[in-house]
Amino acid sequence: MKEISCKLLVLGAGPGGYVSAIRAGQLGVDTVIVEKAKPGGTCLTVGCIPSKALIHAAEEFHKILAAASGKSPLGFAASSPAIDLKRTVAWKDGIVGRLVGGVSGLLKKAGVKAVIGEGRFIDGKTVDVETETGLQRIRAEAVVIATGSAPVELPDLPFGGNILSSTEALAMTEVPTSLAVIGGGYIGLELGTAFAKLGSKVTVLEALDRILPQYDADLSRPVMKRLGELDVDVFTRTVAKRLSADRHGLFAEENGRPFEVPAEKVLVTVGRRPVTEGWGLEEIDLDRSGRFIRIDDQCRTSMRGIFAIGDVTGEPMLAHRAMAQGEMVAEIVAGHKRSWDKRCIPAVCFTDPEIVSAGLSPEEARAAGIEVRIGQFPFQANGRAMTTLSEEGFVRVVARADNHLVLGIHAVGHAVSELSATFALAIEMGARLEDIAGTIHAHPTQSEALQEAAFKGLGHALHI
Amino acid sequence: MGEFVLKMPDVGEGVAEAELVEWHVKPGDPVREDMVLAAVMTDKATVEIPSPVSGKVLWLGAEVGDTVAVKAPLVRIETAGDGGEPLPDSVPEALAEAVLEEPVAATPAPAKVTSPPKPQSPAPKPALAPRQMPDVSAKPLASPAVRLRAKESGIDLRQVIGRGPAGRITHDDLDLVISRGGEPLPPQTGLMRKTAVEEIKVTGLRRRIAEKMSLSTSRIPHITYVEEVDMTALEDLRATMNRDRKGEQPKLTILPFLMRALVKAVAELSGVNAIFDDHAGIIHRHAAVHIGIATQTPAGLTVPVVRHAEARSIWDCAGELNRLAEAARTGTATRDELTGSTITISSLGALGGIVSTPVINHPEVAIVGVNKLAVRPVWDGTQFVPRKIMNLSSSFDHRVIDGWDAATFVQRLKTLLETPALIFVEG
Repeated sequence: MKEISCKLLVLGAGPGGYVSAIRAGQLGVDTVIVEKAKPGGTCLTVGCIPSKALIHAAEEFHKILAAASGKSPLGFAASSPAIDLKRTVAWKDGIVGRLVGGVSGLLKKAGVKAVIGEGRFIDGKTVDVETETGLQRIRAEAVVIATGSAPVELPDLPFGGNILSSTEALAMTEVPTSLAVIGGGYIGLELGTAFAKLGSKVTVLEALDRILPQYDADLSRPVMKRLGELDVDVFTRTVAKRLSADRHGLFAEENGRPFEVPAEKVLVTVGRRPVTEGWGLEEIDLDRSGRFIRIDDQCRTSMRGIFAIGDVTGEPMLAHRAMAQGEMVAEIVAGHKRSWDKRCIPAVCFTDPEIVSAGLSPEEARAAGIEVRIGQFPFQANGRAMTTLSEEGFVRVVARADNHLVLGIHAVGHAVSELSATFALAIEMGARLEDIAGTIHAHPTQSEALQEAAFKGLGHALHI
Repeated sequence: MGEFVLKMPDVGEGVAEAELVEWHVKPGDPVREDMVLAAVMTDKATVEIPSPVSGKVLWLGAEVGDTVAVKAPLVRIETAGDGGEPLPDSVPEALAEAVLEEPVAATPAPAKVTSPPKPQSPAPKPALAPRQMPDVSAKPLASPAVRLRAKESGIDLRQVIGRGPAGRITHDDLDLVISRGGEPLPPQTGLMRKTAVEEIKVTGLRRRIAEKMSLSTSRIPHITYVEEVDMTALEDLRATMNRDRKGEQPKLTILPFLMRALVKAVAELSGVNAIFDDHAGIIHRHAAVHIGIATQTPAGLTVPVVRHAEARSIWDCAGELNRLAEAARTGTATRDELTGSTITISSLGALGGIVSTPVINHPEVAIVGVNKLAVRPVWDGTQFVPRKIMNLSSSFDHRVIDGWDAATFVQRLKTLLETPALIFVEG
């Protein structure tokens, strides 16, 4: 057995792990990263990036379809548009390949040694990796667990065949005629919308009483409306039961009423679970917080020298949270004083229209006993939004009533994902409504809606 | 399960409405029979409203500061009935059952894995539990760069005073602390501007006082007359009486003497012991002398009333005065004890002050204010002698009392107080 030792071992090369390793390498920490597949993790290989590629392709194709059906308000015409999903997926895979290669290059540049293979804890300071060339033992002073999460499987509808997780859905080479999506959260709706735009008959089944339950109804309403326009059937308070005998339908029950939905393919997006098995967690017996590994404000676990970051540590399961944690842990290992002091973790939902949330919603702020002032500005009154046929949605600012400190900013609308940066910045910097209102926002852009929402919160919106 | 609607009870004779001054419960609270639900205030007295039933509060019919009419619904209470779970639990139960009725054997239903059905109604809040840090505002307000520097310098930002907008901690604020070696800033010593504004809703007794004072000063043209009174003889008498008082007798202050002197004076000038109904254009001259005593309480000014001072001895006046003042201060004075005066005494003497301009207790027509008693040199014709001098500042409703009569009344009071034997002369 080969044996090496290092100061920092990172287990898992997803966005949390690789960022942690790169940052540690930059700081001169002798670092090894272990990954069983390709660097990049869920995000780069089967999550954020490939799904956004598919969503973009679907949107572009849908515009051509609209032109072909004579519905283009811009006067475009097209005839018999077609999609070769094989080439679309190849294009997507090309992007993924470039990014994966890029991460490998960045790790190398930072002086991080990458070991490919399944890692397994032997004890709190030792990890064995099954590599192609044999067993590799790694001893480390500090370990970062960044094993991520995996899609939750339904016992009655296990993945395989026509039952897909998001991973398989992103690799399909033909557009299914019908697709049943189980779970109306953001992953299911993002992919469901994309396939609806590519021509599938999409049906969404949600167990709770509305889709996107983590967002307030004002934010999810435009998405619901758009799903209707795309002829997506949405059933709430509905549970999926089993495939039909011919395997082209799915039995479901809505409030006890059984019915069947068309389902050449079934996409199961009922949540993600932390990956806490298969890498020797039982050998080190860390404290848990529910299903997750319990961490403190420095991402330390219950065992000295072992850190955990990313999806394995809890909600929100978002790549940028993992990255920020990974960076912080690397700096702590390098001897810097750091602790988790973020004020907000923005979240983006790439549905149509997109949803962005940063900080507290009005209900959350009120539930915390804070008196709030709310300013909301619709894209209907925004010139740039009109010129891109994107008048649906709004920007909403939530601020303290007493000193106008911005507590939360939310938006729903076309391309609002790009506004997430300014939303989060405002909150991290401790902006007041006056700060946003007093910042010149370039015209004509959708970002003007943020300034107007701040004006509205102060009681003097200009353009409504 | 039943529902009980508690209506605003009749809290006093002739009272048509009362102001809600305090809720002791909120919706969702369990209540027991006789538990106090709310406090309401009539003209001057505060009345507590007990619950006639046991159950759970569903709804409150008014906010603090609202005026509630008698018989208007005040509280709705869900009263315990024949078992049965409250509504919130029944919905998810039904849902959970639907999930468990799985026709396909062997394995549990798929929906169980998704996410457990949460209570949908009527308590939707927990379903939207905060995703991130629940209270941003509780954390020190500072930009990420400031937070990083503070961390690296080992400074706890919670100890740093932010002087930026909304209390934001700036790099300059941090520099100050760092330059002091991390010691938290001492409280600002130099002069500095303050911009805080505290908003206080005027409710309850304060609102009553505000309304009453506005009414009195806007309706009544006041004439205020100040005279000094030589209290030396009265003080000698008071000292003697206090020294020789019997066990049960209360210690005498100046007020009981003044009350008795008032009784004497108004017997001769009945115009000042009166209620002026200016709507009807009628002056009610009262034979009874009900003396209101302006009393400071923790909640504000109240005026308990010593009834029928004309029928009370000086000891009796002193005892009643003590009892009422105590009741007013502890908030246990009844509505009857706080209304019905015909003339009022206001005494700020203990705080000093040589003159005051008392505001008449509308709809009365006269108020007598007592100023501080002090030893002053007085020229007796041949030399200065030390005398105990006290000013009386008295206001009158000039619509019904002429200056001449006001002065005559005060001069009569002066004579009575300077020759206190006259106070005790019968007839």
